[in-house]
Amino acid sequence: MDMELIYLAIPLASLFGAIMAGFFGKAIGRSGAHTVTIAGVATSFILSLMAYNHIVLEAGDIYNQTVYTWMVSDGLRFEIGFLIDQLTVMMLCVVTGVSLMVHLYTIGYMHDDPGYQRFFSYISLFTFAMLMLVMSNNFLQLFFGWEAVGLVSYLLIGFWYKRETAIYANLKAFLVNRVGDFGFILGIAAVVMYAGSLDYKEVFSAAPQIANQTINLVGDEQWSVMTVICILLFVGAMGKSAQFPLHVWLPDSMEGPTPISALIHAATMVTAGIFMVARMSPLFEFSETALAFVMIAGAITALFMGLIGIVQNDIKRVVAYSTLSQLGYMTVALGVSAYSAGVFHLMTHAFFKALLFLAAGSVIIAMHHEQDMRKMGGLRKYMPITWITSLIGSLALIGFPGFSGFFSKDSIILAVGESHLPGADIVYLMVLAGVFVTAFYSFRMYFLVFHGEERMDQHTKEHLHETPWVVTVPLVVLAFFSVVIGWVTIEPMLFGEYFKDVIFVKESHNVLSQVGEHYHGQWAMIQHGIASWPFALAMAGVGTAWYIYMKNPQIAVTASQKFSFIYKMLDKKYWMDELYVKVFSDGSRGLGKGFWKGGDVAIIDGLIINGSAKLVGWFASVVRHMQTGMLYHYAFAMIIGLVGLLYLFASPVS
Amino acid sequence: MFADWPLLSLVVWLPIIGGAAVLLSGDKGGSEGARRLALIISVATFVLSLGLYTNFDSSTPVMQFQERFEWIGDFSIFYHLGVDGLSMPLIVLTTFTTIIVVLAGWEVIQKRASQYLAAFLIMEGLMVGVFSALDSMLFYVFWEAMLIPMFIIIGVWGGPNRVYATIKFFIYTFFGSVFMLVAMIYMYYQSGSFAILDMHAMKLDMTEQTLIFFAFLAAFAVKVPMWPVHTWLPDAHVEAPTGGSVILAAVMLKIGGYGFIRFTLPITPDASASLDWLIIGLSLIAVVYIGFVALVQSDMKKLVAYSSIAHMGFVTLGLFVVFRIWGNPANGDITGAALAVEGAMVQMISHGFISGAMFLMIGVLYDRMHSREIADYGGVVNTMPVFAAFAVFFAMSNAGLPGTSGFVGEFMVILAAFKASFWIAFLAATTLILGAAYTLWMVKRVFYGEIKNDNVKALQDLNQRELFIMSILAVAVLALGLYPAPLVDVMHASVDNLLHHIAQSKLP
Repeated sequence: MDMELIYLAIPLASLFGAIMAGFFGKAIGRSGAHTVTIAGVATSFILSLMAYNHIVLEAGDIYNQTVYTWMVSDGLRFEIGFLIDQLTVMMLCVVTGVSLMVHLYTIGYMHDDPGYQRFFSYISLFTFAMLMLVMSNNFLQLFFGWEAVGLVSYLLIGFWYKRETAIYANLKAFLVNRVGDFGFILGIAAVVMYAGSLDYKEVFSAAPQIANQTINLVGDEQWSVMTVICILLFVGAMGKSAQFPLHVWLPDSMEGPTPISALIHAATMVTAGIFMVARMSPLFEFSETALAFVMIAGAITALFMGLIGIVQNDIKRVVAYSTLSQLGYMTVALGVSAYSAGVFHLMTHAFFKALLFLAAGSVIIAMHHEQDMRKMGGLRKYMPITWITSLIGSLALIGFPGFSGFFSKDSIILAVGESHLPGADIVYLMVLAGVFVTAFYSFRMYFLVFHGEERMDQHTKEHLHETPWVVTVPLVVLAFFSVVIGWVTIEPMLFGEYFKDVIFVKESHNVLSQVGEHYHGQWAMIQHGIASWPFALAMAGVGTAWYIYMKNPQIAVTASQKFSFIYKMLDKKYWMDELYVKVFSDGSRGLGKGFWKGGDVAIIDGLIINGSAKLVGWFASVVRHMQTGMLYHYAFAMIIGLVGLLYLFASPVS
Repeated sequence: MFADWPLLSLVVWLPIIGGAAVLLSGDKGGSEGARRLALIISVATFVLSLGLYTNFDSSTPVMQFQERFEWIGDFSIFYHLGVDGLSMPLIVLTTFTTIIVVLAGWEVIQKRASQYLAAFLIMEGLMVGVFSALDSMLFYVFWEAMLIPMFIIIGVWGGPNRVYATIKFFIYTFFGSVFMLVAMIYMYYQSGSFAILDMHAMKLDMTEQTLIFFAFLAAFAVKVPMWPVHTWLPDAHVEAPTGGSVILAAVMLKIGGYGFIRFTLPITPDASASLDWLIIGLSLIAVVYIGFVALVQSDMKKLVAYSSIAHMGFVTLGLFVVFRIWGNPANGDITGAALAVEGAMVQMISHGFISGAMFLMIGVLYDRMHSREIADYGGVVNTMPVFAAFAVFFAMSNAGLPGTSGFVGEFMVILAAFKASFWIAFLAATTLILGAAYTLWMVKRVFYGEIKNDNVKALQDLNQRELFIMSILAVAVLALGLYPAPLVDVMHASVDNLLHHIAQSKLP
């Protein structure tokens, strides 16, 4: 079969489902809506596997073609087109695979929701937008997909539009993302100016020349053009992938229904920034300043967002902060030029984080939409499948040797250890400390939910039972991948030739090849892992969580009192929300009021417009005295006027 | 089809004569007849104007569909019409918008409906006249005449404070056009011709150019409107009936942008080059300052009016940033000047659709609740889910979401502006944040949340007619956003020609 048609059908199948469920939701009913969208996404998934088969297994041709020309202006071609290579097919499989699981799960989770069809329409639309983003071969379509996933995220966070918290969170998410997009669009503009094209291939081939140019931004200082381009593009990634200081929208996005927290705010959309930077490796490699910037932003996010996760009591928020922290790890990997490690962690994380979210959702269903972990406990008896799969997800997250997260996260840490970027030493310590933090909050959650005292009320307890199969099957499938996907793929992706033609790394930055020199197979890596710091730290984290939350719960209370400042700082998320509200929200409104009342109303209308009206009024009151009612006064004035006009017209023209 | 018809004259005079007929049909025995007649005329005019698009030769910048007769021989004033790729799209926008306006007032306007519809039809003909006139006196006559129906629409069918708004509108626009007239007469004395294309070829020294530049600026800046001569617009919108707001935002503001393209840039290129900083500065003020002002409006119509000013800032920015692009030594081989001008043009067309839709939406709410205050609403989605879906769609277009027409022009202008200067692009790009903030915050307060009061609870969702209007606008916004090539392709030759004129010094 013609591959071109397959590629085209991958996003369109999902779009078709979205249109059917969206516009004809009433006509086709609830089961019609989930049937058509699931069929659409399943088609996308199967075709994605075929694309994977063609590109990777059969080593077929990489596809890089225009679908249609959006417009041509000034010699610049704006196109919609696909680039299907190893990176794309990997993303295609992850996106459609997780999306399919989430679609299935949604049947159970949204069972009683009046907006059932609308929800299916949105998640299919999201899948379409995300596919367009990853399949793009140019910056225009990248931006299209980039903003379109933001739109669907906005719609889904505010899905329960009656809730004040939800509609606050979706506005916040959209605006913070727009701050990122503001940088992103400037980055694209810079690319167009210096490369003269929006096409990836042409831009990448122009990269070495661009690298030699400088741009003058402030005063006389010359900046490397590539640094400016990369930092601007990365600002976009900071918005979408929630990197410090644009991370504030992600925890609030948990106001949306849990299936989309798994799909959009953990597995796919938030990794768009990571994907983008990896895609742009031929640009980022030419700016060490930008790379260092990326690395540091990632490290701050990895450690400090993880710390907040420790004090959260809402089960979804713990997972949300964990997502932030893991995105930080991926970003660090990009910063040290270990792009493939970042993308590798993106993939493993997509599985285990989607699993953790869906498991949390399963708990939430069983608890009758209670999300506070202080009212849970001992659930393992009632929900064995959710319990086991959660344990698997948590082990993958903390990087327990053998699980997928171990391969990806340890690789990142090893890569940072090899890096020579300025600041890499401190970043290394930060990502190591993050391992302890990750293990601690993960197992704090695990123990609070599944073990210990049963703290729910009697009514909830009586109704506790395992969730239906549409919920548990996705959990089992995702758990399977959370275990094996790292083992299976680490060799080709990190140390093999999988990304050879896709990701470009300068020899002087190639940390992964140094890591690879010590790599002797998965078993050897596990054995080595057990004897190294990350494992010890992770075990210490698990042990501490066990001691504090199982053995001696009093410690948590005493500690929070004893270190009340630190507790408060974490509980208040470093006061960043308050700061942003004060400075940006209130500040903008104050500025707007000032401009409006001071500028428009007082000066322009008050002083100039009404002032000149007054002046005319005053003038009229003076001139009024000249209206004497005497005919000869008027006649005299007319004569003077006539003479004046004659003089004007008769003399100067010639 | 229509190839050998005097198409332009038909598109100008059919609605004017038809408007007179609607006026004569009167409202005795119901206005149904007047409404139907008005609809037929507006659709017929639109179909004729499509003939301009289908028969247009986009390979040449030469004026097409020309008609030329002597009008006032003693002053060599001609009835001379013709269009190029810059005016033709604006004519189609005008005829399209008029259909929307006729439909939008269908059941809403009960008071003297035939006069109301006649005013819009006559105004349509006059606005098409402005876009197609190639004689400056003819242009001026259309330009001034077009305002009369608008004054009547606001003054008769307007809100409680309509007299203040009408007078403010009148004084602002009249103040501007007087200077334009003086400039035209001056050029006539210098060249002996009122023909606009002759003026393009005139040699003018720097003093003359500068004076003429400012005379035109007075006229066009008020129309666009540019800061600081914009304060008439929010008042006029607030008092105007929905149809008046739609025409005002969708078409009338474009006449200012068109004026810069047809007069200022080709006639006074040297003055424009030396004063580019002024227009660029005012445009950026429109984007940033007005963006903040829009944020704090409590009246929905005022908010959208300010949003219009901010979006029109991209038009003037795109037109004048050309000089900075040419002046930037760091610029590569693709100049970006044509990108900027075409971006400005696309922004005008797109803003026509989107601002029209925004004002229609406010009209839908106003017809039901007789309030434009954001605070009176809340949770409208609960009672009007279909309408809310359109609202979110048009709000996203207003915020420039890719895939909608709102994105295209802004994207082109920002890309081009970067070639002029990082900081111009930086300030222009703030619209991504500000535009989203003021539009979506309004959506949140009006549409989302629990039902706020009994009035909202009693709301009825869109009727068939409203649904139809919203749908065709949505299709237009989406079509232009997903495939803008058909629009920009008709402009290329004319834009290149315009740039050629701008690049040539007109100094003697």
